[in-house]
Amino acid sequence: MSGYLEGVLVLLAINVILAYGAFLPIVAGQLNLGVAAFVAIGAYCAAWLSNTWGWHPLAAAFAATLAAGLFGWLVAFPILRTRGIYLALATFAFGQVVQGVILNLNVVGGASGYPVQAHVGFTAIACAAVLVFVLVFLLFQTRFGISVTAVSDDERAADLMGLPMRGLQSAAFTLGAGLAGLAGALYAHHFNYIEVQNYGALFSIYVVLYVLLGGTQTVYGPILGAAVFTLLPELLRGSAAWRYVIFALLIIAIMSLRPKGLVTGELVRRLLGWRTTGARA
Amino acid sequence: MLEQQLVNGVMLGSVYALVAVAFTFTIGVLNFLNFSLPGLFMVGGMLTWFALKAGVPWPVALLLAVACGGLLSLLVERFTWRLMHGAGHFVPLVTSMAFLILFENLVLIAWGSDLQRVPVPFDSVSFHLGGVVVAVPQLIGLACAVAAVWCLDRVLKHTRVGRGLRTIAEDAETATLLGVGVSSVVPIVFLIGGLFTALAGFLFALNYQQASPFMGEEVALKGISAMVVGGMGNIWGAILGGLVIGVVETFSIHWFGARAVDVWVYGLLFAILFFRPSGLLGGGAIGQARM
Repeated sequence: MSGYLEGVLVLLAINVILAYGAFLPIVAGQLNLGVAAFVAIGAYCAAWLSNTWGWHPLAAAFAATLAAGLFGWLVAFPILRTRGIYLALATFAFGQVVQGVILNLNVVGGASGYPVQAHVGFTAIACAAVLVFVLVFLLFQTRFGISVTAVSDDERAADLMGLPMRGLQSAAFTLGAGLAGLAGALYAHHFNYIEVQNYGALFSIYVVLYVLLGGTQTVYGPILGAAVFTLLPELLRGSAAWRYVIFALLIIAIMSLRPKGLVTGELVRRLLGWRTTGARA
Repeated sequence: MLEQQLVNGVMLGSVYALVAVAFTFTIGVLNFLNFSLPGLFMVGGMLTWFALKAGVPWPVALLLAVACGGLLSLLVERFTWRLMHGAGHFVPLVTSMAFLILFENLVLIAWGSDLQRVPVPFDSVSFHLGGVVVAVPQLIGLACAVAAVWCLDRVLKHTRVGRGLRTIAEDAETATLLGVGVSSVVPIVFLIGGLFTALAGFLFALNYQQASPFMGEEVALKGISAMVVGGMGNIWGAILGGLVIGVVETFSIHWFGARAVDVWVYGLLFAILFFRPSGLLGGGAIGQARM
């Protein structure tokens, strides 16, 4: 496999993991505009563990996933006190604060970036992405998945049916944070250099955009969103600006024509030839 | 020295205040966080640079910047609000973010990513007030912000359009039942938002003598913080919030250095969201953000 193709596929795999990190909270009704913060926490945590303490990069990535998840769980308590726009803004503020703090942490390089010595290859990252997809897929076959879907369909009705809203939402937020951390850790160890300036609000916005582009009704949407976002720029090589213009126009067009995203539950049921009930159009 | 910081903070805050007014107005009436506004701010600033560089007198540059801001905002309205009304509450937000990316990259293609130096048509005028340097352009900026908000306040309270806006803010469905033409009033919200941010972009370009395709992001994020600090949906709160954010920013630079600014400004935003989500003045001059 050529180095170029491998580089693209690595980015695709990382973006798929990231997409699920943003997908889980969105499904539970939370627009997390602080995804970048968890990516940064995961990336810096893993890089620090492998650089300073000589951990195996995969062990460091695992620990970073747990650390980002722990952070997510801790901030979920205050953040989930808010709702709607307030919640989106609270996650955004959290992201900015984390970025500001890391920028001032000289132990991990501060503003000058942080080189990472250990390397993780394509195979491990691809396996991680597949594993994440399988886990999320299985998760959505369980009672948890059905409950979270119920929450995203109608929060009030789900609450009235006696679903543990707070627990479901903080679980979705925590799992999403953990996945974002994993994506950050893998990125750090594949590209061997991280810079916290990259993990700002716009980074979070891009992730959320491609997840919504793919569609949040089914577990397949985020993969498609990540694929479009990663592969489209490669197809339109040349000017970086033009590909963002086309990406933006695509989002505007798709959101106008298919406001629920590219992949909807209805579409999947039709493709698989299942009887459509029309209940969730 | 501290007085000087305070004055600088207030001047910086007046730019944030104008942007915050645009955000808070859209949220107050439509309950919609319009993420295309940073793009309109940037368009205002870049057009100011372009016009002044071409030797156009500054009032024409102002007119050009503000008119383009308003027109583009109406375009955004078509695609974010009209087309996808009732399509799920993330959708308008997502489309408005796409417009931000679109505007930024189109300007990038047209004029490159460099930080452009804005040729200011008049000498830098400033006067001393008890040892404190006050720059006149910035003072005009603050006056513009307050005057614009005063006019908006009058319009909201005393005109037919203003009553329509307040009814929609209360409840869009009931407003329709009562015969308010929602589809004709909503563009006004976008128009006003676009005019305010483009004006802010113009003032920013003149005050700081610089413009770039990404100038909108930082200012808009501060503007959003200012909106929350002042109370979402409250236009006077947005002014107060803008000034508070500006002062916090200059003082944290003074005491803790430039790299620590974000920690303090967004830490304040985080704290306000939890301890006083209704903001300093409370939501409610137009209507409350209800999400």
